[in-house]
Amino acid sequence: MTDVTAGPPASPSAMPRPVRSQWRDVWDQFKTHRGALVGAGIFAFIVLAVVIGPIIWPYDAQFIDIRSRNQGPSFAHPLGTDQLGRDMLARMMAGGKVSVAVGITAMLLSLVLGTAIGVLAGFFRRLDGALMRITDLFLALPLLPLLLVMVMLFREALSSRFGPETGIFILIVVAIGVTSWMQTARIVRGDVLALKEREFVLAGRSIGTPPRRIIFRHILPNVLSPIMVSATLGIANAIITESALSFLGLGFPPDFPTWGRLLFDAVDYLQQYPERVLWPGLAISLTVLSVNYVGDGLRDALDPRIRGR
Amino acid sequence: MLNYIIRRLLIAVPTLLFISLAIFLLLDLAPGDPTAQMPLTVPPEVREKIRLALGLGEPIHVRYLLWLKQFLINEPLHIFSDSTGWDIAGDSQRVISWQTRSPVFDIIVQRLPQTMWVVGMSYVVGILIAIPIGIISAYRQYSWFDQTGTFVTMVGYSVPPFFTGVLVIVIFSVQLGWFPSIYDTTHRVVDWDTFVFQLRQMVMPVMVLALQTTAQISRFMRASMLDNLNQDYVRTARGKGMTEKVVVLIHVLRNSLIPVITVIALGVPGIFGGAIITEQIFKVNGIGQLLITAIYAYDIPMVQTLTFIFAVLIVTFNLIADVLYGMLDPRIRYD
Repeated sequence: MTDVTAGPPASPSAMPRPVRSQWRDVWDQFKTHRGALVGAGIFAFIVLAVVIGPIIWPYDAQFIDIRSRNQGPSFAHPLGTDQLGRDMLARMMAGGKVSVAVGITAMLLSLVLGTAIGVLAGFFRRLDGALMRITDLFLALPLLPLLLVMVMLFREALSSRFGPETGIFILIVVAIGVTSWMQTARIVRGDVLALKEREFVLAGRSIGTPPRRIIFRHILPNVLSPIMVSATLGIANAIITESALSFLGLGFPPDFPTWGRLLFDAVDYLQQYPERVLWPGLAISLTVLSVNYVGDGLRDALDPRIRGR
Repeated sequence: MLNYIIRRLLIAVPTLLFISLAIFLLLDLAPGDPTAQMPLTVPPEVREKIRLALGLGEPIHVRYLLWLKQFLINEPLHIFSDSTGWDIAGDSQRVISWQTRSPVFDIIVQRLPQTMWVVGMSYVVGILIAIPIGIISAYRQYSWFDQTGTFVTMVGYSVPPFFTGVLVIVIFSVQLGWFPSIYDTTHRVVDWDTFVFQLRQMVMPVMVLALQTTAQISRFMRASMLDNLNQDYVRTARGKGMTEKVVVLIHVLRNSLIPVITVIALGVPGIFGGAIITEQIFKVNGIGQLLITAIYAYDIPMVQTLTFIFAVLIVTFNLIADVLYGMLDPRIRYD
């Protein structure tokens, strides 16, 4: 769409000020939202910590040292050790890796599903009725009970086929993705319906651009901002859902830590070692809180009516 | 309006039938076997007989229609004959739980009061806290109260109930020892002391659930108040010399409550089903806990019935919310 103006620097003198890209404007607006900036920093830190942390930290999350079990915080074990003497910091980082990975993958899946269904329903009138009925149907489903049922019923089959860890990972990501695309689809459909009537789409259509190319070149870039906002909300939602499943004992297997699982295991030792509940809970809450703040800031930054004020 | 309601009800019927079929197929096509939990010493032919006795020998469409008949015809008949004493149900077959071999509906009726008390109470408390917070936040936008409110709402959205629940147990049960951490469902309220005990054991679950309700509703209340505060009729009311109290608490509040009421109606199905995690933490044996135990025990009829009841509630309250919106706001016309 912007190809016409972004050619070679034809007339630098005609422009009173340097051409600023749209993303530069978005970033400038995003910077003014302090909560979003702090949130982005914290989320980046958490992602870095769980990706790089296990590589440099000397203890393995699975390493059992039964003699040093149930230790408090010390220099060697900053968060102490659990009932089998495993280092809590290593477990927290390993668990965070899984939780964040589940969050991002499930978010991507639900975004792809939601965007595809939203664009198809908005662009092709023939598909609209059917696809929106399906969306309404999914919105009427009781999601948490169904998620529990899905995990419970399919975990054996998938873990025997792909191994316990990969199997459960696939199952949880697919289950969360399949049950969380509806809001994205509705928002995207609404935007596509409005965009479809705009002149640039009409122009594209009148020179014979095939629908596929109109969608990818003209429609999708314009619905990017609601998609990005729902992406952040999707990560938060997926992390909470995964932790809830693990907390109910229907998530990852016990020797495979995630934050929800660590919280679930720590509840048994609530009376003696309450701090063990605190760390995974704080990690989940902090991640979700920071992602929500980023979403809040993005929503403001990507809204051209607010931007520049 | 009546036409609209009738049309919506007519759409709701196939939707619900489709949902019931989807749940049935999900439960049925899943790999897994209800006799898998039984001891390995049970010989295969006995196992096969158990499966037949559970009704698994029939083809799938027969089983689905049978379940539908039991759920939609036999159960209402039984409820009707139990409440009036007329024996019209006879000994028609009811939905039987595989776990306990008693009718699913009897168990649900036993569990319902606990859920209603704890979760319903928390919903009411949450709404009562949220509405004043929303009003003040909107009236003093960007004040320290509003900023704090925004932050608390964000925390309420972000901190999952399984963490807040455990946290309040650590603080109020383990450290301070004020409240019991386990909800005693056999407790009977007979005098003042038992009433106080009942209140004390309800405080923590209600607190956890109310935080979430408050976070959502106060956000909606604030946004809705902000929309209305800038409208012309507010300026007119002020221009006519009405006191600020009348303007805000009568004119603006009434109008801003319209969307909030529909949001409240949409949240009601959550009272019955959404508190699964909180019930699990505080060991309240309500509906959510029933669902969890049924899932663990592979009790398909129970899971199927409960999930379907949740779906019915969601569809019903969606309809109620839409109708309420149309009735409260005369600008909305469903034609």
